[in-house]
Amino acid sequence: MEVLYDIPVIGLLIQFVAYLGTHLPVIAPIIVAAAVPVVLGALCGFMNERSGVVNIGIEGMMLTSAFVAWWVASLVHGFIPASSSSLPFGITIPLLVGLVAAILAACLVSAVHAWLSITVRADQIISGTIINIFAFGITGYLNLLISQEAPTSAGSFKSLAMPSAITDLPIVGWLIESFLAVGPIALTMLISVIVLQVLLHRSRWGLRTKAVGEHPKAAETVGIDVIRLRYRNVILGGIFAGLAGAYLTIEFGSAFQGGMTNGRGFIALAALIFGRYTPIGAFGAALLFASSVGIERLIRFVPPEGQLGDILTSIPLEVYEALPYIITIVVLAGFVGRSIPPAADGKPYERESRAA
Amino acid sequence: MTALRGWNLARIRALVLVPFLAIVLALVTGAVIMILSSPLVDGFDLTLPITAYVALFRGAFGSFDAIVETLTEASPLILAGFAVGIGFKAGLFNIGAQGQFLVGALTATATALALDDASPAIAIPASLIAGMAGGLLYGAIPGVLKAFSGAHEVVTTIMLNYVAIFIVSYFISGPLRGENVTYSRTDDIHAASLPIILGDDGHLGILLAALAVPIVWWFLYRSTIGFEVRTTGANSEAARYAGMNPRWLIIFTMALCGLFAGLAGATQILGEVGYMPASFSTTIGFDAIAVALLGRANPVGILFAGLLFGAMQAGSGAMQIQAGIPFQMVSVLQAVILFFLTAEVLVRRVFRVRQAAEGLGEIGNLSESYAQRP
Repeated sequence: MEVLYDIPVIGLLIQFVAYLGTHLPVIAPIIVAAAVPVVLGALCGFMNERSGVVNIGIEGMMLTSAFVAWWVASLVHGFIPASSSSLPFGITIPLLVGLVAAILAACLVSAVHAWLSITVRADQIISGTIINIFAFGITGYLNLLISQEAPTSAGSFKSLAMPSAITDLPIVGWLIESFLAVGPIALTMLISVIVLQVLLHRSRWGLRTKAVGEHPKAAETVGIDVIRLRYRNVILGGIFAGLAGAYLTIEFGSAFQGGMTNGRGFIALAALIFGRYTPIGAFGAALLFASSVGIERLIRFVPPEGQLGDILTSIPLEVYEALPYIITIVVLAGFVGRSIPPAADGKPYERESRAA
Repeated sequence: MTALRGWNLARIRALVLVPFLAIVLALVTGAVIMILSSPLVDGFDLTLPITAYVALFRGAFGSFDAIVETLTEASPLILAGFAVGIGFKAGLFNIGAQGQFLVGALTATATALALDDASPAIAIPASLIAGMAGGLLYGAIPGVLKAFSGAHEVVTTIMLNYVAIFIVSYFISGPLRGENVTYSRTDDIHAASLPIILGDDGHLGILLAALAVPIVWWFLYRSTIGFEVRTTGANSEAARYAGMNPRWLIIFTMALCGLFAGLAGATQILGEVGYMPASFSTTIGFDAIAVALLGRANPVGILFAGLLFGAMQAGSGAMQIQAGIPFQMVSVLQAVILFFLTAEVLVRRVFRVRQAAEGLGEIGNLSESYAQRP
């Protein structure tokens, strides 16, 4: 192996792969944790855009539900303090109520987006902008009011414990540990990606949604209620934004900070575009984006030795962080494999007037 | 004189009525939120909104200093508002004012630091021009991408906003980091500091924003290229048939938008902050979207919208201290104003406005082009 390292250029690549390989078990859980909210946000975008509604308000929806999950959970915790839970995932009543509240809140915000986009036929990008500004303001406002009393956090969901017999398996062991030994929301994300991917191409709902997103007029002609389907999909999409927000405050962390989504909603949009508007594609894109951040951490804390280390550390760390955004621009511009949005994305649908 | 001839009281009323009612409804909504959330602090308080709004108003207009503060807060909003508003006129949705603002601030800072020993007569104009140039180039990127590949400017500008954060972070914590600083920021700027022209804190940026209003107005409604920009926005097919070059116009408009955002960033650093931190937390580039929408992409409208939001920013401190209302209430009010503006139907129903809708004109439905193939 060491012999290969001396080959010019290729040797460095091999070294890089070996470097990542050695540390993968360490950074894999970090990558998965960073990808979860992005994938969930992208699934929210998927439900919107595939039925022809542009949603740049994912960020605001996530922020709202992150706040609601944390606040409601700690409120309930104040009434029924749940100590340690013996249930799987460390489920407690406050956490469950917080999760449900977060999902409802995101669905409510989604309903407003649906109303503005579908019924009012307002500009969908403006609607998303309103959601983002409002969410930033209202969560910051309430958080500051609440923080004067400093409610105790209700804690967070725990990861599923895997028997060591499984995690000790070579290679497969840490794959299972990274992807499956996770909390309930992360697990829901994995299942949702698979289910939505199958439903999109195999179910009546999926085919209808695609029809409504690509050619609503044709869809209406064959008897699909465009308005209703769009409403349903946009509001249901809120579920995923709700899960994404809740993940940040009651699974990955256990506290809320103003503006804590920190652009994850927009990275989710990027993942959806990069993943060509499919759940599985968005999942892959989010993992790739998260890896970029994971590698940045790795290089910062355990830089490789020798020439490879010199090269990697000479690249500004900001480059790794900016990479997801740059990749998305490149893909969108069609330099490498173009990503094309559904044809009716962003166009409000107007029913043919039925002559009275 | 065609643009002026159309102006009469009825037209102005039609333009102003709905935005005005949207502001009223937003203040009412804000009051409801304050009352409902008052039990979180000191118990139910019906008079809290009055205390809060009085403090807000005093903080914005209560004294000469307060008015200067309002003008200082408003000027970058107005400049950045043009960065979004001019885009609207051409049918482009520039969400990237924030990124262009940051890059403009960065190039202005770099120039100001390089010229720190020069005389202000050279350092100030050079830094301002550098800020405009930085914003212009950064704004041109999504223009070029859209013109030649059809990549929608909404997505590319969102992405570029984040890239800008990392560009700033790299330069300020690296090559431009100051010598005697405890965190990642540049040294203080001296020679290129904008002169104070009003009160204690009113810097040159106020004058620049005020001058920009007639210039933008002239550009949009009197110049040939402004006419072409508006024609492209109103009907790009018609513009093409009339022999205009839509590709060039897209790039030109986005670059011009970037120029104004960059200028806003430059004035904010040179006039207000005095140095540049690696994480420059500002939302001016995003607030600019709200300013442009409330001002209906009209230069005079943007002036008033910028003044309104500037006043809210200026008064938010007093509101927080005197009424205990967190400053984020300003964002809530902004969002609610936009909501009612967008859901005009709702406003008309509440106030039983019968007058014909003036509409948002070019802003009408920009997202329709989202999936457009080049």
